[in-house]
Amino acid sequence: MSASHAVTDATFDQEVLGSDKPVLVDFWAPWCAPCRQVAPILDEISAAHGDKLTIVKVNTDENAVVVGRYGVTSIPTLAVFAGGELVKTIVGAKPKPKLLQELSTWID
Amino acid sequence: MSDDVREVIIIGSGPAGYTAAIYAARADLRPLVFEGSVTAGGALMNTTEVENFPGFPTGIMGPDLMTNLREQAERFGAELVANDVVAVRLTGEVKEVDVPDDTGEGVTTHRARAVILATGSAYRELGLENEKRLSGHGVSWCATCDGFFFRNQHIVVVGGGDSAVEEATFLTRFAESVTLIHRRDALRASKIMQARAFADPKLRFSWNSEVIDVLGQDKVTGLLVRDVTTGAEQTLEVTGLFVAIGHDPRVELVRGQLDLDAEGYIAVRERTTLTSVEGVFACGDVVDHRYRQAITAAGSGCAAALDAERYLASLDDSGSGEKPLEAVLS
Repeated sequence: MSASHAVTDATFDQEVLGSDKPVLVDFWAPWCAPCRQVAPILDEISAAHGDKLTIVKVNTDENAVVVGRYGVTSIPTLAVFAGGELVKTIVGAKPKPKLLQELSTWID
Repeated sequence: MSDDVREVIIIGSGPAGYTAAIYAARADLRPLVFEGSVTAGGALMNTTEVENFPGFPTGIMGPDLMTNLREQAERFGAELVANDVVAVRLTGEVKEVDVPDDTGEGVTTHRARAVILATGSAYRELGLENEKRLSGHGVSWCATCDGFFFRNQHIVVVGGGDSAVEEATFLTRFAESVTLIHRRDALRASKIMQARAFADPKLRFSWNSEVIDVLGQDKVTGLLVRDVTTGAEQTLEVTGLFVAIGHDPRVELVRGQLDLDAEGYIAVRERTTLTSVEGVFACGDVVDHRYRQAITAAGSGCAAALDAERYLASLDDSGSGEKPLEAVLS
């Protein structure tokens, strides 16, 4: 299981949009196999780069408001928010080197 | 670089890769299996009920079947690693296989006397500009992952084979309607799947048609569809597009190192898994454009492990790697 912190419809604005640090939101659901496969990779990235990028999870089964607001229709979707704005969307599970490359702006 | 030269490295982890691992492990070859970091278990991880794998009279869920195969390989001592091979060097007696290291920035090289390729296939895309742009915003390749987001909506599945019909039937659980768009006037899917599809009241069919554009700014709002017989174009107002037009073999690792067949699959010697390079074997969807079933992939994975075992035994017998292929085959 992933160690990442769970964010909900109720806490999203404060914890993600209101964060001083960039936040990567992992939109996932328990029944999605690729979501389960990318989760440990995100945990590793969090362990190595957590000081620069906060990684949280949104369960799409339980948080329809946020899912609807950002038009998520594929999971996993990894969305980076900085200064309250959506700045990057990565759709689908990707290997670690590819994710590190796509996230380099926020972790290097 | 790992100093250890293994007997065999297996690349891939669908039914072919795991079955090769089971057989190689039982033959005491200590296989090292690179399963893929986000693709472990292969295509069956994104399916639901598998009804035609022999030995499961009431069916089995795809991910459960793969978990079982994985556990069976592990039980006999296969070393399973959830990592992606990024490069291979296949010529010579010792093969080299590179995977990203723990930092994700460098690579670690593993070596083996034999390599079994079971890299499977990847979803084929329609090749439309807007298909890529709207991927994740209404365009999907995984019904089991994304069907949930299209509750009470009108959506389209493109394709006419088993996977297209299976996806379309699965998606009617969520969607208000599912239109199957197929460029021919009949399905290629198996008869039982077809019968199920034709009986489904939520499923419609658009024959002799192809999607030529995906419409929408931030999300899919419709599709431009052309009748391939008359050339007439019309807009279909839908919010989801699932693409299931087939697969392409994942040969990017070995392109230029192994012979491919006319259709781009790894070429293997008739009735075996021997590739054009000695000590390199291939099985599963990366060699098979004819059957493409879980059970045929598993069967060819078994064959690859047996071929590798005989090859390694022949090296040990001769004391060198110079033994001709014919000697291995006889």
